Amino acid sequence: MISVDFHHFLVSIAFLPAMASVSSSMPSEQDIYEEHVLDHYEDPYNRGELASATHADEGKNPLCGDVVQVSLRLAGDGKVEEAFFDGHGCVISQASASMLMEEMEGKTPEEVKDFTAEQMLELFGPQLTPNRQKCCLLPWRVLQSALHSPLEEDEADDDAAHFSGPSLSEEN
Amino acid sequence: MPLDPQSIRQDFPILKRRLPGDQPLVFLDNAASSQRPQSVIDAMTDCYENFYANVHRGIHTLSEESTAGYEAARVTTQQFLNAASQREVIFTSGTTAAINLVARSWGDAHVTADDTILLTICEHHANIVPWHQLAERVGCRVEFLLINDDYSIDTETVAEALQRLQPKLFAFTATSNVLGTVFPVQQWAQLAKENGATVLVDAAQAAPHQAIDVQDWDADFVIFSGHKVCGPSGIGVLYGREALLAAMPPFLGGGAMIDRVTVDGFTSAELPEKFEAGTPPIVEAIGLARALQYLQDTGLNEIARHERDLAAAAEQQLRDVEGVNLFGPRQSEKAGIVSFTIDGVHPHDIAQWLNLRGIAVRAGHHCAMPLHEHMGLTATARASFYLYNTLDEVEQLVDAVKQTREKFARSGRRRRRSSISSSSS
Repeated sequence: MISVDFHHFLVSIAFLPAMASVSSSMPSEQDIYEEHVLDHYEDPYNRGELASATHADEGKNPLCGDVVQVSLRLAGDGKVEEAFFDGHGCVISQASASMLMEEMEGKTPEEVKDFTAEQMLELFGPQLTPNRQKCCLLPWRVLQSALHSPLEEDEADDDAAHFSGPSLSEEN
Repeated sequence: MPLDPQSIRQDFPILKRRLPGDQPLVFLDNAASSQRPQSVIDAMTDCYENFYANVHRGIHTLSEESTAGYEAARVTTQQFLNAASQREVIFTSGTTAAINLVARSWGDAHVTADDTILLTICEHHANIVPWHQLAERVGCRVEFLLINDDYSIDTETVAEALQRLQPKLFAFTATSNVLGTVFPVQQWAQLAKENGATVLVDAAQAAPHQAIDVQDWDADFVIFSGHKVCGPSGIGVLYGREALLAAMPPFLGGGAMIDRVTVDGFTSAELPEKFEAGTPPIVEAIGLARALQYLQDTGLNEIARHERDLAAAAEQQLRDVEGVNLFGPRQSEKAGIVSFTIDGVHPHDIAQWLNLRGIAVRAGHHCAMPLHEHMGLTATARASFYLYNTLDEVEQLVDAVKQTREKFARSGRRRRRSSISSSSS
């Protein structure tokens, strides 16, 4: 189980310009719940448990109680052969999980690691306020930690030491 | 006389605020923090513009005037609580700081590994975590009174627990910030006294809505925050029985709380300065006093009745909406708080969708995770009413909740495969 504080770098992306001119550029909820997002929410990609998973982890957002599990099967060549998610939560976290699973299949571990929070927010699409960015990024950070959480001892991950994700401090 | 919310609304400049899409603001997040009338803003501005200086220090006009304003605020607060003495009123930075002060100072001095602290499951984290921390330091036990299916706690349950556990401290909220349940403070305090327990009442949700008489309650500690009573953020009040406060060691060390400091040590100041180390929230105290006067001028009983009417109307209408679940006792002794969920819709999505209609509610665990866990929920949405809310706003809330349900109801939509490539561009 992981719990990560995004606050430090989240403020630097996307939202501060909106704060500066408060009301005019606030994201509209109409956009947040655009059809594309609701489609993923209602008809998610690879939702469920992956019986043949080689790597898996779970994370939660204590602010709202959202829980996301990610299970991966890495092929012999190291590529993400299958990526599944499960859990419960708001439209944003569940839709972003679906989008992310779809996006990550076929990627190498390096490509997954290089997939940044900014890219995740871009993949999601509609602009989000900082609190909702946490919802959107929950599946992304669980994916990052799942990559370093092999399910069997003999698959210990050499890359773990080089993990360059967000600092693992407690969420407040 | 029933209060007139339309006339009250004229006193609160922020209620004129328009949200994106030119939506008027429907502010229903008062249990988290209330708004301020112009008179409070003016009182604080007046201090900053005309007589601000540090208190209890300078031998100059501004410091004398600031000190007079600050100490007058203490008297106003004393009268608001009907405390016996000004020395029983300590200004802190808020409810959380006040409870931590008691846990650190009184707790460390009096609680041992053999002792029990008794709480209710309805406490918010500010009245739970300081006691868990105390338990980590001294090894005491922390026990919780649970709620019944009707969201109340029986007197018999309280009496039985007090008798069985013989707690050193019974610390409870006067009003649940999630359920709105109003607990019988006087009765519980009496039962606690009979069993030798010290009593701490978290009045953060009670002070905004009811006249408080700490002598009637006969509680040892009573605590509330400025920002929930139409006052500023950054200030809270700790009432403590004088004999208890006098016997407690100081908590924070620094300026103002000392009598004398030498290279070898210090002696602490008299009450209340003993617990007010450093520069206190001077302007906030002045604003708080003006807010308390505003509430008293309006009439706390009238405010409470108005909120109950609004909450009752909201509950009655929401109860009829399919898929809506309400949490909290029915009417009678209930504060103006309505917590609810909608089947199949996460509370964050409820709050976000209501916000589109200009309606501000809280969604989440409301800093009361043990209570939500006890009820088998991860989160709820909460509408909390105050003196400036109207029946018209209740209608808007109910309409928006109905729309929320329609918006997020599963409609059998399928993901459009073509969106995969366009979404990542």
